[in-house]
Amino acid sequence: MSESEDHTDPAKLPLDAWHRAQGARMVPFAGYEMPIQYEGIVAEHEWTRSHAGLFDVSHMGQLLVSGEGAADALEALLPGDIAALKPGRLRYSLLLDANGGILDDLMVTNVTAEGGEPTYYLVVNGATKWDDIAHLREHLPDEITLTHLEDQALLAVQGPEAETALRRVFRDAMGDLKFMQGTRFSFGDIDIGISRSGYTGEDGFELSLPAEHAETLAGRLCAEIEIKPIGLGARDSLRLEAGLPLYGHDLSPETDPVSAGLAFAIGKRRRAEGGFPGAERVLRLLEDGTDRLRVGLALEGRLPAREGARVFAGETPVGEVTSGGFSPTLGHPVAMAYVARERAAQGAELEIEVRGKRLPARVTAMPFVPHKYYRGDK
Amino acid sequence: MARYFTEEHEWIDVEGDTATVGITDYAQGQLGDIVFVELPAVGTPVEKGKDAAVVESVKAASDVYAPISGEVTEINDSLDGDPALVNSSPEEDGWFFKLTIADKAQLEGLMDAAAYKSFVDGL
Repeated sequence: MSESEDHTDPAKLPLDAWHRAQGARMVPFAGYEMPIQYEGIVAEHEWTRSHAGLFDVSHMGQLLVSGEGAADALEALLPGDIAALKPGRLRYSLLLDANGGILDDLMVTNVTAEGGEPTYYLVVNGATKWDDIAHLREHLPDEITLTHLEDQALLAVQGPEAETALRRVFRDAMGDLKFMQGTRFSFGDIDIGISRSGYTGEDGFELSLPAEHAETLAGRLCAEIEIKPIGLGARDSLRLEAGLPLYGHDLSPETDPVSAGLAFAIGKRRRAEGGFPGAERVLRLLEDGTDRLRVGLALEGRLPAREGARVFAGETPVGEVTSGGFSPTLGHPVAMAYVARERAAQGAELEIEVRGKRLPARVTAMPFVPHKYYRGDK
Repeated sequence: MARYFTEEHEWIDVEGDTATVGITDYAQGQLGDIVFVELPAVGTPVEKGKDAAVVESVKAASDVYAPISGEVTEINDSLDGDPALVNSSPEEDGWFFKLTIADKAQLEGLMDAAAYKSFVDGL
């Protein structure tokens, strides 16, 4: 997820009227008018952690990359092992520039139909989608087709009761998915692409469907007792607690996969073979380590440290906060920061400067709040 | 006792030579869940229109401006343990600080309750 301050008139989401009817406060975000909250960020945050929340993430870019050789073509642009990604599986990946800097983070799903040509479904950040599309158009070979699914809405249903509620609506049609798996099914005349994934740390699903049906489905889902609509405000506090980076804040072209703590997105085979943008530098960083690392910081008290706050070890500046806020689940502020490697060990006692005051902060393992993904072991 | 309002959504109660300052119900609604309030120390001189306090909501930090100039004489200690008081009782128990009134003429540019209501209705 990402944001931008756009001074042109923001576009409207397919669910714009529906959000307003639910009492949403709308704000400009990533070029769209989006719901920041309905009843309140903390209430929505807690509802998602204990029941299930519906998030409209239709501002994100949904793309199809298809054609013979599509996996190889994608591997030339990102460091994931796409060739090994089986149909119906998702992978988190990164679009990298020639220096290994992060242009965007994204989800790739192999949606190749049986006997069909190789096809990959990408979900990219809203604020970066136009740049991503230009980048892909420039770098994908001519025989590979890039399709922007502009008329698709994207809804996320997240929380411990998400499956119970969705299964009551969709019955067996939604299949038996584990975390990072996806499928397609029909619900009446609505064709839905579903994956078990999300951005809250909870078990949950993302549903891609034609925008013309979004209002019908959102209304139907929110009629379930477990599901309430949740705004961008809680989406941000939930993802922060889950330790998930936010593009444009925690990730940028100035950050690389290794210092961002995202080396897991570099496939084993890719480490051996290279062949992705910036591979030489990124593989060297994997070997040698980076000067700074993205870490979690837990603060005492109640005063949050925000993006841009400087991090100190004694008198020495050692880093900068890239996102931070109050954790409703933990009852204290948490932050993500890039910190000098020698100060980045778990348990390291640092200080963050906020309006001239030094707040004690301890380097803490992320996620701050444990992930509850369903991996098929319950 | 007279209550005045600013366009920055502070209220100020005037009683003799001292005044009490807080943020309006509209302001707390816009800010959302408040998790921390940073108040000026007693004895701090504040200047009309300049930062006097900071409100941290879940989503962002926001400055609170002094509606008039003066010196802080008392702060609301309850906000330290219970910052959500600003959400639940913004215009009474969730007051921020009291101050001396340096120049009564500064009150003249402020709005009364009716003027503030129509100001908010126009937003």
